[in-house]
Amino acid sequence: MVEKTIHEINNRIKDGSVRVVTAEEMVDIVTELGAEGAAKEVDVVTTGTFGAMCSSGVWLNFGHSEPPIKMQKVWLNDVEAYTGVAAVDAFIGATQLSESSGMEYGGAHVIEDLIRGKSIDLHATSNGSDCYPRKVLDTTITINDLNQAIMLNPRNAYQKYNAATNSSESILHTYMGTLLPNYGNVTYSAAGVLSPLYNDPTYETIGTGTRIFLGGAQGYVIGEGTQHDPISNFGTLMIKGDLKKMNPDYVRAATFEGYGTSLYLGIGIPIPILNEKIALSTAITDADIVTDILDYAVPSRDRPAVKQVTYEELKSGSIEIDGKEVPTSPLSSFKIARKIAGELKDWIKKGEFFVNAPAERLPTDTVCKPMKQTRETPLVGDIMSTDVLTIGPDSNLCAAARKIMESSFNHLPVVSKNNLLVGIVTAWDISKAVAKDKFDMLEEIMTRKVITATPDEAIDIAARRLDQNRVSALPVVDKKKHVIGIITSDDISKLLARRY
Amino acid sequence: MKIRINFPTDILVNPIIAEIILETGALLNISQAQIDSIHGKIIADVPEDQFNAIKNALTSRGATVNVLDRPIIRDEDECVDCGACVSVCPVKVFSFGEDWSVNMDVEKCIQCGICLAMCPHGALVLGR
Repeated sequence: MVEKTIHEINNRIKDGSVRVVTAEEMVDIVTELGAEGAAKEVDVVTTGTFGAMCSSGVWLNFGHSEPPIKMQKVWLNDVEAYTGVAAVDAFIGATQLSESSGMEYGGAHVIEDLIRGKSIDLHATSNGSDCYPRKVLDTTITINDLNQAIMLNPRNAYQKYNAATNSSESILHTYMGTLLPNYGNVTYSAAGVLSPLYNDPTYETIGTGTRIFLGGAQGYVIGEGTQHDPISNFGTLMIKGDLKKMNPDYVRAATFEGYGTSLYLGIGIPIPILNEKIALSTAITDADIVTDILDYAVPSRDRPAVKQVTYEELKSGSIEIDGKEVPTSPLSSFKIARKIAGELKDWIKKGEFFVNAPAERLPTDTVCKPMKQTRETPLVGDIMSTDVLTIGPDSNLCAAARKIMESSFNHLPVVSKNNLLVGIVTAWDISKAVAKDKFDMLEEIMTRKVITATPDEAIDIAARRLDQNRVSALPVVDKKKHVIGIITSDDISKLLARRY
Repeated sequence: MKIRINFPTDILVNPIIAEIILETGALLNISQAQIDSIHGKIIADVPEDQFNAIKNALTSRGATVNVLDRPIIRDEDECVDCGACVSVCPVKVFSFGEDWSVNMDVEKCIQCGICLAMCPHGALVLGR
């Protein structure tokens, strides 16, 4: 049995005899010496991760203006920060977008620009009061002008994360990057073998108060992060650190096409090896960490898993889905994760960084619940019109025109003899054909690639599909592709008009 | 050299590639082709000395030809070696090195531009 104390390890850091390795190097040491031997040989294991951490932000204190203002709204380079607290404090969140530049620039960019010492334009408004008479303020600040710039992130360093793919026929732009159609690629995040929480999965040493590497400076774990879900191995951390001491190499703004901005953040956590159980945990390899590849084509919080894979498979560069070799991409940088684990190791070796015991352990039994929704989300089946008329593909133009006049819709689904949807014609298609003197069969002029909805889909999903495909109606089909109704953008506007 | 050939709708049904190969005798090597009901696009390697003949043969039949000589450029200060680009590139320009650096083989680039949008750090641009 090996038992060490934090005090003994810190004495070794002080006298320079401490033995530190990265979580990657620890794998071979445990294989060679066993857990007991490794626990004797190694005092601290360092971890590291560098990836998109959207739930990040910074509390800023600007100091008081003359005459003073109690900011009720504040913008930094046109990105709104939250200031629903006392006078001149504001929280700039990483994913808040610029009101003028949109997805090109967001809170994450403000944070990176602050660290780089760049000037930031500040605009604030207020109602004015006897104690804070000022109503509008415009100034330009740098990080040095602030009293505090404290990074405070509600959810960072996911223990592991799912991988993403796309079964649909169109390209998807997500926070997991561009997902190509027909399982064209797989993206994943997290550092695997170097993942901080995966190297201490029962949170023996990482807890409230743990001193860490954060953005190139020393920071602290405050406690469990939001959505902390240890039961499913999706533990998270709430973290704080001093932005003024951070290094822009480890705090980088990013934009995910079609999603928005995020912050790439470097976090490294030391794990003091107090006993062989902890030593064994830090020997985890990419092959031991299993995650699900989820299908992001399903626009639901419960996305179906396409496959279970290990990080070793993901990191190999390709995996197999349905017999097809699919290339994989990480979104987080393993190279920089390694650099962080290495840098933290150096700090400890040089006596610049000491380990500590947590003031409080992280919970190991909480779960992440879905939202309680008190109003039912209306479904396509609830508002679709069922009195839709259809027509056969071998009908002629005049028959179609008559049907459209009979029905209340500009859209006429074309169905085969066994009532399967094979196309669609609109009043516009017919006018166009007539204008060209083309009185062919419908088959010749109909659109074959029909965008459809299903009755069990939420209205919001159908509305987004109408929008993305720039169409004004979707035939509603059942599982057998039989037309059972139609939903139009008019139906949806009416519903929304009632809702708001 | 790499070229991109675009075919507008009205000439899609013609056997143009076959015709120009017979006409010029060039070893045109197709590396990518996308053809649907309204548009056709082909990326091909052609011998440099026959480029003019091929171009003339194609343009006389209504196709347009662009030389792909502006491959992707990476801003090394912005790149964090995450590798997001690796899986979206259709011709495998990007790959990981031993130390998890992202390496580039720009010779393969067909300037499709999909990696520009994928890169979270805006580190990739098409050359000019």
